[in-house]
Amino acid sequence: MRRALLFLNDLWRRFLKSRSFWPAGALVALLAFNLLFTKGFGVIEVRDGRLYGSAIDILHRGSIVMLLSVGMTLVIATAGIDLSVGSVMAMAGTVAALLLTSTPPHSAAAAGAVALAVALAAGLWNGVLVAFLRLQPIVATLILLVAGRGIAQLLSEGQRVRFNRPDFEFLGSGSWLGLPFTVFIVAFVVAATLLVTRKTTAGLTIEAVGSNERASRLSGIRPWLVKLLVYGFCGLCAGIAGLIYTADIKQGDPLRCGEYVELDAILAVVIGGTPFSGGRANVLGSILGALIMQTLTTTILTRGVPVEYTLVVKAVVVIAVCLLQSEQFRSILVGGASLPREKTRDGDVPPTMRTRDGDIPPTGGGAS
Amino acid sequence: MVECGPAPAQRPILEMHGITKRFPGVLALDGVDFSMRRGEVHALMGENGAGKSTLIKVLTGVYPRDAGEIVFDGQAIAPRSPLEAQHLGISTIYQEVNLVPHLSVAENIFLGRQPGRAWWIDWRAIHEKAGALLAGFGLRLDVGRSLASYPVAIQQMVAIARAVDISAKLLIMDEPTSSLDEGEVARLFDIIRTLKAKGVAVLFITHFLDQAFAIADRLTVLRNGALVGTYETAKLTRLELIGHMLGKDPAAVAAMEREKASPAAGAGKPLLEAKGLGRRGAVEPLDLTVREGEVLGLAGLLGSGRTEVARLLFGVDRATSGNVRVGGVAVKLRSPRAAVRLGIGFCPEDRKSDGILPDLSVRENIVLAVQRRLARCGIVSRARQLEVAEKFIRLLGIVVSGPEQPARTLSGGNQQKVILARWLAMSPRLLILDEPTRGIDVGAKAEVERLVEELSRDGMAVVFISSELEEVVRRSHRVAVLRDRRKVAELTGGEIDEQAIMHIIAGGEADA
Repeated sequence: MRRALLFLNDLWRRFLKSRSFWPAGALVALLAFNLLFTKGFGVIEVRDGRLYGSAIDILHRGSIVMLLSVGMTLVIATAGIDLSVGSVMAMAGTVAALLLTSTPPHSAAAAGAVALAVALAAGLWNGVLVAFLRLQPIVATLILLVAGRGIAQLLSEGQRVRFNRPDFEFLGSGSWLGLPFTVFIVAFVVAATLLVTRKTTAGLTIEAVGSNERASRLSGIRPWLVKLLVYGFCGLCAGIAGLIYTADIKQGDPLRCGEYVELDAILAVVIGGTPFSGGRANVLGSILGALIMQTLTTTILTRGVPVEYTLVVKAVVVIAVCLLQSEQFRSILVGGASLPREKTRDGDVPPTMRTRDGDIPPTGGGAS
Repeated sequence: MVECGPAPAQRPILEMHGITKRFPGVLALDGVDFSMRRGEVHALMGENGAGKSTLIKVLTGVYPRDAGEIVFDGQAIAPRSPLEAQHLGISTIYQEVNLVPHLSVAENIFLGRQPGRAWWIDWRAIHEKAGALLAGFGLRLDVGRSLASYPVAIQQMVAIARAVDISAKLLIMDEPTSSLDEGEVARLFDIIRTLKAKGVAVLFITHFLDQAFAIADRLTVLRNGALVGTYETAKLTRLELIGHMLGKDPAAVAAMEREKASPAAGAGKPLLEAKGLGRRGAVEPLDLTVREGEVLGLAGLLGSGRTEVARLLFGVDRATSGNVRVGGVAVKLRSPRAAVRLGIGFCPEDRKSDGILPDLSVRENIVLAVQRRLARCGIVSRARQLEVAEKFIRLLGIVVSGPEQPARTLSGGNQQKVILARWLAMSPRLLILDEPTRGIDVGAKAEVERLVEELSRDGMAVVFISSELEEVVRRSHRVAVLRDRRKVAELTGGEIDEQAIMHIIAGGEADA
């Protein structure tokens, strides 16, 4: 008993120090608020052997941003960014829809596989621009943000591509073991990513490139290969998300699929505590970040707050979580407004006392 | 301006007394005194880590000083930023021109201080003034063109013109000639003489001895953060200057007792043999051999090609000529990765930009290179990593709170040891150490030196590069001397002697 308590205590201490503490805390707070004040939030019902309820809804609807944030976390850990994930979603979704509706129609597996190959290629394309042509990641991926959606529109001749294929739709709206199938997809991708980044050499290699590319190269790492693979992986994640979205609405929509979703994915990573400067990856944190945002959206919908408030409320919560992660800000909150003081030295002349040509009043003595 | 005192020209324009600056773990400046006369060209000399840049940065307000005082133009000053120093009349020209390349020459000259009313820019006046200003320096440029369209030398002169126009009384030039050819250097020197005639004091930082002797009235030498002395250029010989820079009184060298590296080594098989290895524009083709259990010292001044040779041997830069054999097998050193696979390790000179991973923990920094080897079926266990990290933390005496401490919070000496640990964990056959003792305190220096000896005794081949000639002499079994990107001599055993090396570095033949 005592031992178990000690173990729990240790676990709690480690959690307190962990980088996921603040996003997890924010998510718990949000959920607690909902359980207490939002009617019917905690209710989970079983209908037709399937679970229904707000919590399940959050997991299902959040799956797209969760998937995107996994790839985005690794990209940001290499001090990069990928703006093109929404367009890659649209490309993958449209390609899949076209293959499903072609004559003769392709199998769901073939359509999905080709769409994922397209998404992977798109990600690798970003990787080539960043790693070999040395474009800034924001510029390199901006190209595909614009071009990707354009390609999707060209492929479908600007039309939405409707299909009626229950086998494919299972990806987006099917359920298994009582849970939405999307939950399993996300769980698989997250588990695989965690396994690779935490247990193999990949995690440290990715973070090393983000922390100091020159030093990594001098340690025998190939930064170009790391970047290529990371952007490729990010594209692949976007491809899976695109398939889910397309399967869910039963049509390939080159315009709406993945629209503005790159911003949500980046926000999820930021909320999750992965620094934008690179060198650190917190995949679990990003998942928490994505869940926080989806919980917010669901909360707003179920509480009957006008939908127009969604974006503003999201922004406020994002700012709050980011501030909470800052040690400086927390010390201000706790320690009573003690801003980090800059040391002032004797003999420093206040700016107001300086004149244009550099003469200073004789009061400005030298430092002791 | 305060005009007191009968002869202001006699009073120094700048006096710095007892300047002390401490960084975590390093005393960068130790009570340095420095002064400059009006209209004087003064060269500041010293090897890497001597404290030249720190002194300049304290003077221009980049770093606050820990102690000491600065009197400039009769006033005690304590600038808090380069801009404030500029307002006081102290301008700095860097090797990398710090102007805005995409703006026009005229815009650069008047950036932030456009003449005329605040909201209205009189382009014609600006262009005329800029043209006139540059003409004063013998430069005829189209001031409407972007700065970037002119060569670096011209850009530098524009920067000088701007600084002088902002009423600089003291102009600091930090290695201005490193990227200039001979003609451009001559032109820059003309401009320096013009400035001198106008009464502007010029502080000139360089590692080119010839240039210092050609242009400077006086020379000040720093070493290890301390003042060695200030000398009249006319009364100093090159050999004396090198002696001061490297910390050796040439006359006293012979009298010094020498602690030599154990002579038993050097009998090992050749590990790395380079023939005609060179890189166009960086290193003239040279032959080098390093044997197992041998320490090969590379001696030479900064810019002599020491670091460039190390980079060739590790595949950071690709050689344009020559061939290399490692362990008797011909190899291509195409990349650091290729070198690592051959069992070569490299501790770079600039550990901040090339060595340390600041965001990652000490453990991660140590296992970075070796982690692939630690992996079993692709999985690296945390326990194995900790085992390796803790072993080297103990072995090298790295001062940390624990293996998970972020590397950026360590002192310079401890960061250096972490990088050493990264390579030692690989148990390399050849370890290249480029200035491993630079910028770390005396105790850590001694430990690094001791380590070098131990490693070579265990059969590792070591290439040892240091600005501290004493260290090279003490630790090397063989010394290759570089000058002007060329190998000019190779000394073995009893020939390894500070005075002999200094003679060769200074351009004389080895003493007969």
